[in-house]
Amino acid sequence: MAIETKAPPYRTFNIAPAITPGSMEKSKTFVANDKIQNDLGFPGFEVSDWKERALGKMGELLGKYRSLKVYMDACVHCGACSDKCHYFIGTGDPKNMPVARQDLMRSIYRRYFTLPGKIFPKLVGARDLTREVLDEWYNYYHQCSECRRCSVFCPYGIDTAEITMAAREILDAAGYGQKYSNEIIAKVHVIGNNLGLPKPALIDTLEGLEEDVKEDTGLDIKFPLDMKGAEVLLVTPSADFFAEPHIDSLIGYGKVFHAAGISWTLSSMSSEAGNFGIFIGNYEQMRKVALRIRQAALELGVKRIVVGECGHAWRVAYSFWNTLIGVGDGANDPYAIELQKQLDHRYKQPMHICELTWDLAERKIITFDKEANDDRIITFHDSCNVARGSGMGDYPGGQFEIPRNIVKAVANHFHEMPDGTTHEKTFCCGGGGGLLTDDLLDLRVKGSLPRMEALQHVVDAHGVNFMACICAICKSQFTKVLPYYGFDRRLIGGVHQLVSSAIKLGDK
Amino acid sequence: MFAVLFYFAAGLFAVGLSYRIYTYARTPAPLKIPTTPAPRTRAGVVMLMAREVFFFQSLFKANLWTWLFSAMFHAGLALVLLRHIRYFINPVWAWVEFIQPFGIYAGFLMVAGLLGLWARRFLVDRVRYISTPSDHLMLVLLIAIGGSGLVMKFITHTDIVAIKNFFMGLMSFNISPLPSDTMIYTHLSLIALLMIIFPFSKLLHAPGLFFSPSRNQVENSRDVRHISPWAAKMESGK
Repeated sequence: MAIETKAPPYRTFNIAPAITPGSMEKSKTFVANDKIQNDLGFPGFEVSDWKERALGKMGELLGKYRSLKVYMDACVHCGACSDKCHYFIGTGDPKNMPVARQDLMRSIYRRYFTLPGKIFPKLVGARDLTREVLDEWYNYYHQCSECRRCSVFCPYGIDTAEITMAAREILDAAGYGQKYSNEIIAKVHVIGNNLGLPKPALIDTLEGLEEDVKEDTGLDIKFPLDMKGAEVLLVTPSADFFAEPHIDSLIGYGKVFHAAGISWTLSSMSSEAGNFGIFIGNYEQMRKVALRIRQAALELGVKRIVVGECGHAWRVAYSFWNTLIGVGDGANDPYAIELQKQLDHRYKQPMHICELTWDLAERKIITFDKEANDDRIITFHDSCNVARGSGMGDYPGGQFEIPRNIVKAVANHFHEMPDGTTHEKTFCCGGGGGLLTDDLLDLRVKGSLPRMEALQHVVDAHGVNFMACICAICKSQFTKVLPYYGFDRRLIGGVHQLVSSAIKLGDK
Repeated sequence: MFAVLFYFAAGLFAVGLSYRIYTYARTPAPLKIPTTPAPRTRAGVVMLMAREVFFFQSLFKANLWTWLFSAMFHAGLALVLLRHIRYFINPVWAWVEFIQPFGIYAGFLMVAGLLGLWARRFLVDRVRYISTPSDHLMLVLLIAIGGSGLVMKFITHTDIVAIKNFFMGLMSFNISPLPSDTMIYTHLSLIALLMIIFPFSKLLHAPGLFFSPSRNQVENSRDVRHISPWAAKMESGK
């Protein structure tokens, strides 16, 4: 693209921008080629009967998902959500208002699935499904990160993420898939992780890591792979194996297991916590990706399954694994029953690495030297899928408290970003939901505006120089966009990166 | 023939709305998607739902003006509807008797709230952008119903005894005539129209809220398995 990507200016007042229709209509992520589509069992681009396929899929989804059915009917166009989306705030394009994004589909729903839309289309804002409409869907349903912020404010709880997921599933059924997400899903099916790292590369990386950590600490801290009979299977986003700053959190996990004396292992077959099936809204794909984890757990004979720092992965694990593959309780296929027998039910299954670390810290099994983090003035970014799509601990809101408790236990300087930008009202990093691709860089930079404004506030007020989070996508996204706003890219890092600096490593 | 219109409108309202609710109830929610943090018990969800239904909790978080106008409208409408119970029962219950004077003021509250909501559709550029003709017409319809009611109460007056006879008759299939008064015909026709379009329009937000998975699900996904019939079938088919 010829236009240079620039960060939008901060807003003078903390209110929604004036609308600028059409400003993002050209934003288009790369389309999946026929091979990628066919790998996932979807038709190729511009299949001749695309319209029948799209409407057929839409009808099917309306019968399978109560969310979609109710959300199509319930909206009253009150505008409560209209200024809540980070992409709208960053771009001003009115079709990035959650309600308008929903209406892209609602207008088709009305036309083909409701009586008034069939009789008086103009009156109720219904329109025919044309190739142009499909293009518009493709562009704007790939300007939603499925972060659910709008659903917090909607008086009926309408969740645009559900509609975006349905739209992407319909697009896939009509041959109009996104290259980035679909290519990654195909890679997981074949190799086992999003980045396509084969087993020898993983072995290499982990051995190198052990040497680095030994140099650093003088201790033999292990990063085991495919170790049968380990107590814990750690499933973490594959970015943790080599990307900066992700790898520092992986070192942190290793140190926690070492200090607590818990045997653990990674799996080469299932070396990915991320599950892009959620991004394209496809139940079968999501289940297929998740099944690899169940298989790895059974083969390795582990007692516990722990998930590393990854937002949407934790949503899938916490909210969906029990449904999809029976990690949790109540599934009755033979594999799920075997898994239930094998897992140790004194622990939550699955467990987040933060739950594990905080539990150990509370029981004084691991201890910290807080002063080791004294050069850092820290704030915490709630990742959307953790904040609004999952939980931690035994009480609502544990997903906010537990990571903060860890940060406060391992460091002395902590400051919250302004109210309305954290906890369940947190702003997405701008790169979630299958948008973390360079062909959407302009959108990603603009979409991070509200988070950058909030960050600027604590940088100015408290000299914050470290923003901790627990999501691989957030880490990659911020590393990329922070410089556009004049920040150092190393300002972002993981909670377990802080743990790694402060944890006391006795020899156990 | 006005009686026929009312039977038709009431019938369509009841059947249409029941059918909608039936389709919502029949459509499964395959995944646990409460917007978290969410209650972890059924009782907690009932409390959350009550706060949404009676206080519009989420809307309060979103936008105070919209909240204020819609609270005025809905609270006003509720009182006005309760006040109208007196046309359908004999003798009139004491509490319906008691709220009569409040119901009158509620009529003004209701129309004022509607005017506020309508003003937003012109004044706020975001809301103007998303408003369809039907959004405007719906507000016009409600304002006209409220307005014609207020006109009858305060300006033209009408024979309310005859109206009560009409509705009591309607309910016992023993039709008595309506007073020949333009205002009452306007008021009642518009109400019939509202009942007719209810099951096909955005007024479905009322039942929709109770079926919204992001609000009505208990957040206990790790402890209790949640599976939809179609997903269970897909699993066992493998």
